[in-house]
Amino acid sequence: MANEESVRQAAREWLQANWDPEAGLLDWRNKLADSGWGVPHWPVEWYGKGLSAALSAVIEEEFVSANAVGVAKTGIRMLAAATLLEHGSDVHKDQFLRRILTGEDTWCQLFSEPGSGSDLAGATTRADLIEGRWVINGQKVWTTSAHHAQYGLLLARTNWDEPKHQGLSYFVLPMDQAGVEVQPLKQMNGHASFNQVFFTDAVIPPEYLVSTEGNGWQVAMTTLAHERRGADGVRGASKAGPRRGRIYDEERAETETVMEPYKWYPQRAGRVDLVAKRAEATGTIADPYVRQEIAKLLILAKSAEWTAHRARVAQQEGRPQGPEGSLGKLAASNIARACAHVHTLITGTDAMLTGEDSPMEGTIAEILVSVPATSIAGGTDEIQRNIIAERVLGMPKEPRFDTGPFRDVPRNIVT
Amino acid sequence: MNFSFTDEQELFRSGVQRFLKDKSPTTEVRRLMATDTGYDPEVWRQLSDDLGLQAIQIPELYGGAGFGPVELGIVMEELGRSLLCAPYFSSTVLAANAILNAGNESQKLELLPDIASGQQLATVAVTEPNGRWDVDGIQCTASPAGGGFRLNGTKSFVLDGCVAILLVVVARKPDSTGEDGLTFFTLAGDAEGVTRRALQGMDPTRKLARIEFHNAEALPLGDVGNGYPALAKTLDQAVVALANEMVGGTQALLDSAVAYAKMRVQFGRAIGSFQAIKHKCADMLIDVELAKSAAYYAAQAAQEDDPEVPALASLAKVSASEAYMRTAANCIQIHGGIGFTWDNDTHLWYKRAKSSEALLGLPSYHRELLMQRWGY
Ligand SMILES: Cc1cc2nc3c(=O)[nH]c(=O)nc-3n(C[C@H](O)[C@H](O)[C@H](O)COP(=O)(O)OP(=O)(O)OC[C@H]3O[C@@H](n4cnc5c(N)ncnc54)[C@H](O)[C@@H]3O)c2cc1C
Repeated sequence: MANEESVRQAAREWLQANWDPEAGLLDWRNKLADSGWGVPHWPVEWYGKGLSAALSAVIEEEFVSANAVGVAKTGIRMLAAATLLEHGSDVHKDQFLRRILTGEDTWCQLFSEPGSGSDLAGATTRADLIEGRWVINGQKVWTTSAHHAQYGLLLARTNWDEPKHQGLSYFVLPMDQAGVEVQPLKQMNGHASFNQVFFTDAVIPPEYLVSTEGNGWQVAMTTLAHERRGADGVRGASKAGPRRGRIYDEERAETETVMEPYKWYPQRAGRVDLVAKRAEATGTIADPYVRQEIAKLLILAKSAEWTAHRARVAQQEGRPQGPEGSLGKLAASNIARACAHVHTLITGTDAMLTGEDSPMEGTIAEILVSVPATSIAGGTDEIQRNIIAERVLGMPKEPRFDTGPFRDVPRNIVT
Repeated sequence: MNFSFTDEQELFRSGVQRFLKDKSPTTEVRRLMATDTGYDPEVWRQLSDDLGLQAIQIPELYGGAGFGPVELGIVMEELGRSLLCAPYFSSTVLAANAILNAGNESQKLELLPDIASGQQLATVAVTEPNGRWDVDGIQCTASPAGGGFRLNGTKSFVLDGCVAILLVVVARKPDSTGEDGLTFFTLAGDAEGVTRRALQGMDPTRKLARIEFHNAEALPLGDVGNGYPALAKTLDQAVVALANEMVGGTQALLDSAVAYAKMRVQFGRAIGSFQAIKHKCADMLIDVELAKSAAYYAAQAAQEDDPEVPALASLAKVSASEAYMRTAANCIQIHGGIGFTWDNDTHLWYKRAKSSEALLGLPSYHRELLMQRWGY
């Protein structure tokens, strides 16, 4: 039976024997996949060690203290992996999981559409089975990383006569094909990490249907649950430290290319980690009002961190995955907003600036113009509150106006 | 105090509104915010020729229209709503008021007519890289040399500082502190010893500059060393004008959010039919109406030279600033993903709200001032 000490010891020994900053990134990550040390909470048969989330965290600590590079984790790839581990066939797992971990494949999430965001089940992108292949037509939007992705997690309608939730199916869509057109969308913070994606007779082989036809909503719920759980608002700063060696160079190159869309993600969470340092550097730490506001923020952030911890422990003790992930996502929005307020307070008139003229070469300005994304991306605050009220507190649902065959449901006129 | 608008004032407002609707659609705002100078000289000329707005609160004696802070407030509100890119706040609000407050008669006669006609672009430089809005932040010195003065130091966050032809600079007598030894000076923007650099603003619709002075020759405006009352008054007037500008922007955001909530359908119904959205909009209306009352009241008090103006200015600034920021965040939220894009206009106001929050002092600074000014 693995316990914290034995796992820590084993991880340390393995790293001592194997970690090499001069290794190639791909070789190293393949080694992690083969040994199970990269994703120890995954099943033994699929690149893991079958350990609990808590023990995985211990191993993660050992990687950090050895300054060892881990498997590729950024972006939608981990949502794809979690979804395929739960609903995918062995063919899917065999074909996709390893390359997710090595970073060779990038993934995107083709859920939101111009007409359906919060109301994801209102998707109108269609998938028709024609001559044994799925043919896709329609449009997705806000698709982060679509411009780098090899594969997309696609939610599309396969039946228009069923009620909306029952007519959806879930697919793995190969992005590199003639029927898929990706157009970047610029955000208010100047980055362009999300895109519009147009499908004109795009093709999906039949074996890339995930789960069964008509079961797409259930599969999508798994993806979303993982997305919400990942957003607990306490992640933030990128790693520092002397990182010299071939593998670090390769990792940096990766960050500048396929991981580039996520560069501003720490800023959108608000950067709690910078608050006290900045207050000291600006001298505002002496201001009693600023101290109160920083304390409020840190209380919020700490409590949210411990709530996330409680949720992880509950999960580890085998209790079913509940909607408690929504608490973390809402907390993350509150933290992000509070951070913007406190950073403004600390920054004063410099908050009028951006770019090189502004504090931390624009990092503070980027926080201020990025935090609005947190309460929208991955499901809005309003939707999270509905989930909490209805599923956790068991309150009555809103009366519905969208039952019956999907083709008769009122929806947006999208031009 | 009666602070509701007269029929004439309402008529004036609709004239300004019509002009701005025509001349400053967001396509123009976007075009101009991407330029270095940040304004369209032709529209600036029309603003003067057609409406005489640059002259609005300048007395007729100095080539102005002779109206007061209330009419200026109306203009500001409409400028805030439309986000007109123009050096109006710098030239008409800050510089004209500074000259009116600090200058002697002959200086007013000399300088104001060209500002009133829009031919002269002027700005005021008070704040320094330390970003403070109180007098202790002013470190820039003015030393007597020959018959005049030499300025040394650095000003920052100067509105339209790179396009201004005339700089009005607050500097202090060497070794003076606090309210003592302050004087307004004037000099040309391209005078010897003046180095100007554009700053990258978070709000690209408002151009900012950093200006360094190295033994730059300047003329005192009014009495040397007694500039404090004029400075305080100029800043209070600017704060009142800014509060009015902010409520205009807040209203634009509320209108946009409400229109979108009525139109956008999710779950087979307009999102405005969900109480979460409906209540947010109702709260936004309350925010903007309260902020308007404070801004209008402060403008009327300024019109009547009420001694309470300093306190009322701070009150109005806090109210408007908090309403603006909340409404901006809510407006993005109600738009969902589209609200976070560059192509959607919401961020133009969001950034204006953010930079206006800091301009002339944060709400926390003004809350403290308000308490002091009320004698607590
Ligand atoms: C930075 C960023 C990255 C993103 N990346 C991806 C991605 O990779 N893939 C992807 O598929 N999507 C992505 N999204 C899209 C995101 O999931 C949607 O924007 C979000 O779910 C909201 O949908 P919407 O934009 O259509 O807004 P709408 O659903 O139209 O919402 C508009 C407003 O109505 C409110 N509302 C809607 N329904 C209700 C209700 N029942 N009760 C109360 N209020 C309601 C919302 O809360 C919101 O305030 C991303 C978004 C952002 C901002």
